[in-house]
Amino acid sequence: MKIGTPKETFEGEARVAMTPDSARQLQKLGHHCMIEAGAGLSAGFTDKAYKEADVEVVKTAAALWKAADVVAKVRPPSDAEAKRLENGKTLISLFYPAANEALMEKAAKAGSTVIAMDMVPRISRAQKMDALSSMANIAGYRAVIEAGNNFGRFFTGQVTAAGKVPPAKVLVIGAGVAGLAAIGTSTSLGAITYAFDVRPEVSEQIESMGAEFVFLDFEESSQDSSATGGYAAPSSPEFQAKQLEKFREMAPDIDIVICTALIPNRDAPVLWTKDMVEMMKPGSVIVDLAAERGGNCELTIMDQKIVSDNGVTIVGYTDFPSRMATQSSTLYATNIRHMLTDLTPEKDGAINHNMEDDVIRGATVTHAQEVTFPPPPPKVAAIAAAPKKEAPKELTAEEKKAKELADFKLQTRNQVGMIAVGGGLILLAGLYTPASFMQHFIVFVLSVFIGFQVIWNVSHSLHTPLMAVTNAISSIIILGALMQIGSNSGVITFLSVFAVFMAAINIFGGFLVTRRMLAMFQKS
Amino acid sequence: MEFGFTTAAYVVAAVLFILSLGGLSGQESAKRAVWYGIVGMAIAVVATLIGPGQGLWLLSLVLIAGGAAVGYQLATKVEMTQMPELVAGMHALVGLAAVIVGFNADIMISYVANHLAENGAALGGALVDGEWVQTLDKSVTEPLSAFGQLIAKKTAVEITILRVELVLGIWIGAVTFTGSYVAWGKLSGKVDSAATQLSGGHMLNAAAAAASLVLAIIYFNGGGLLTLVLLTALALFIGWHLIMGIGGADMPVVVSMLNSYSGWAAAAIGFSLGNDLLIVVGALVGSSGAILSYIMCKAMNRSFVSVILGGFGGAAGEQMAVEGEQVAIEADGVATALNEADSVVIIPGYGMAVAQAQQGVAELTRKLRAAGKEVRFAIHPVAGRLPGHMNVLLAEAKVPYDIVLEMDEINDDFPETDVAIVIGSNDIVNPAAQDDPNSPIAGMPVLECWKSKQVFVSKRGQGTGYSGIENPLFFKENTRMFYGDAKQSIDKLLPMID
Repeated sequence: MKIGTPKETFEGEARVAMTPDSARQLQKLGHHCMIEAGAGLSAGFTDKAYKEADVEVVKTAAALWKAADVVAKVRPPSDAEAKRLENGKTLISLFYPAANEALMEKAAKAGSTVIAMDMVPRISRAQKMDALSSMANIAGYRAVIEAGNNFGRFFTGQVTAAGKVPPAKVLVIGAGVAGLAAIGTSTSLGAITYAFDVRPEVSEQIESMGAEFVFLDFEESSQDSSATGGYAAPSSPEFQAKQLEKFREMAPDIDIVICTALIPNRDAPVLWTKDMVEMMKPGSVIVDLAAERGGNCELTIMDQKIVSDNGVTIVGYTDFPSRMATQSSTLYATNIRHMLTDLTPEKDGAINHNMEDDVIRGATVTHAQEVTFPPPPPKVAAIAAAPKKEAPKELTAEEKKAKELADFKLQTRNQVGMIAVGGGLILLAGLYTPASFMQHFIVFVLSVFIGFQVIWNVSHSLHTPLMAVTNAISSIIILGALMQIGSNSGVITFLSVFAVFMAAINIFGGFLVTRRMLAMFQKS
Repeated sequence: MEFGFTTAAYVVAAVLFILSLGGLSGQESAKRAVWYGIVGMAIAVVATLIGPGQGLWLLSLVLIAGGAAVGYQLATKVEMTQMPELVAGMHALVGLAAVIVGFNADIMISYVANHLAENGAALGGALVDGEWVQTLDKSVTEPLSAFGQLIAKKTAVEITILRVELVLGIWIGAVTFTGSYVAWGKLSGKVDSAATQLSGGHMLNAAAAAASLVLAIIYFNGGGLLTLVLLTALALFIGWHLIMGIGGADMPVVVSMLNSYSGWAAAAIGFSLGNDLLIVVGALVGSSGAILSYIMCKAMNRSFVSVILGGFGGAAGEQMAVEGEQVAIEADGVATALNEADSVVIIPGYGMAVAQAQQGVAELTRKLRAAGKEVRFAIHPVAGRLPGHMNVLLAEAKVPYDIVLEMDEINDDFPETDVAIVIGSNDIVNPAAQDDPNSPIAGMPVLECWKSKQVFVSKRGQGTGYSGIENPLFFKENTRMFYGDAKQSIDKLLPMID
């Protein structure tokens, strides 16, 4: 298949969906890679680098769209690009199908297949193609850097000859991928970091990144995010009120706020109100990663940086990944590459669009002239529901004693029962069989008994030698053959010869092997 | 028995055999125990040669010497990893020998009957209703061998019992013979290790067993040699078909069960020959094999019957789907983790045996121990294809046995373990046994290696193990898959450990 990546047409978009490295990997799958001239330039990948990776550089976007079977890009297609979606072509990009229904209808009608990278289900197997996570990771990091850029002080506290510098206090709201990345960046810069999330089970993750979990004193059945595929769900009005109250209490102390709280398919909840901004110290910074959905901060303006009346900088950029285009292109291209790996199971350069596959089905929004969005729920839950475990009951001393006594009684009863039955059977046999048989039979029973008693004590590690020894010993059958070999009948002698020979092999083989094995066991 | 000396020697030999088995309770006493066994066997053979085994001395000695030469070759040439095959193969020999001895006894009965008839007496007519109806002249019994004389003096009831015993001996011996042969084939890879059965399955076995019983009754009523041959053929079929129907993973149980059978066969033959030592030793071997099988079945949480009847019992319902991804890692990653770890637990399995990786593993152990790390081995009771298989391999590679621990000894230590390395084992580290009530191995005790901080699994590929059960361990977050042949993987790893 020919896989092509055009230059992004969206203004300010610096990312590119294919890097020379990812192209090399795609070629290993049997695909042919193409790129529009200059597509990687703003992400730091020159045409020369692509050519070195055997990628065909195509002059114009039109030519590329025409030649490629699969088009991989970052942003959803523009109207002009959508027109180029012909029958049989596959488009892989971020698509936001819920917001782009018209575009989706159009693509379906044209007969092209669209795989939305933002619709990859959140199951472990699909993590390698989860573009939202890899982009969020970058956004979280960049948000802190952007905040630092607009913040007039150090992050870390210092005592210098020129005076004492207090550490910055950072509050991260929402501990998703972006939030956690922001926490990690902020703590490693030395700031005192607090973090809040409506899902109490992420407190462990927050603490593992070095931040302090902002604890809400609230009695409510806690949200179990496993029901919503790992995402947050809207919380109750009472909870929200409590949450705002807590933030209001913290606002005067906080220097930097990073907002990352999003609920899927909804406007961003307002968590940092106007009055909180007014309570903050001049020079403080708010970076709102939710700006695209209206922002967590009431004053956020999308794609703009504003300064409030009391001197608080509010950053509402939505293109954080694009601001680190090299890094985000590398990660995004790898996500795309993994998606194509799953689409090319035979590694023969032929795409097998398997709609039975949870991941592929989930991400596909149009296929075979039909809109396939929204997908059915995945067959496996993203996160296993927390199992309820019953603690084993602790036995009291008396119960233990009673149990031991009962065990002992049961054992005695079993033993006595077995002896009685066994003895009875032997007596019965004795009544009907001649004395000569019984003599041997007693020997037999006693030997079995001895065998049982002796073998229980053999240590586990010696079971193989035990087997070899018993094997060697079982060739005692040689005695029978030896007794018969001197018989009057020629046939018997002939057969006995074989028996003696085989048993002799076994005797020597068995014992020698056992000796060999045992000689190897040694103490340190 | 007229041979007082022989009987005395037999008593000594029997005591030595018992001591020999009992001595295997510890590594050190085991070395002595083998000598008890060897001396016991020597005494038994010598006593038989000068006692009841009259005639053809030279031939017997030549045969024994020949057998010794072959046995020596086998025992010294065999690789430790091939031990299971060797043991299984040797069981086949014992089974066949038992069949031959049983047939000989039958031929002898006919011979004695003819001989007595020629001399105007009848077989089994010595004593009827407590009265002697015929006395055998010395001139009649004199030409017979010791065993022949024994038969000639038996009453009719005793002759019947003799026949029951030898039928038992032959039947069990024949089952042991083909069964062991198939087990040998499966273990050495010459026969497909999967459970395969003819259509009809266990019904076929049951039918063959029922037919054997009918033939045996015909034989008791004077059916003659032909019925015995037919009966043997049926037993051979049962042995073959029974073991063919058991999967490779159950071979440890099968081998020890066949071991037990060969003992019972010897005991049955001992009855028919009236030889107490055969009875004693046969019973010892039989019961020891039975206990071993039982111990192993318990370790796998399976009933003995279900193992013998072949295959895993049907799963009760849908098995839990395994969720996640197997994350691969290269040797340098493993080496880094090992260099940083304080405590390491190695869990070897059949894969280590197949790849002959035990020397490398031992070298790795030495290096890690030299660096002051705590290294221990966790051995599951059914690891490998023979009970104690892993212990023998590790011992061969000179791993000190006091750091080789059993499941119960080490299972509680996993949470404090930094790195657990799983080398070629699968089902014995499968958490599904604990978590998934519908798993075919549910309830089987397993090594809880996933509780350690980091698990590395050395494995040839992504496939499932011998039993074909998916292993959720490989998908756990703290598990990394170290793909490749175990020996090559370990060899790659070794130079990176400092």
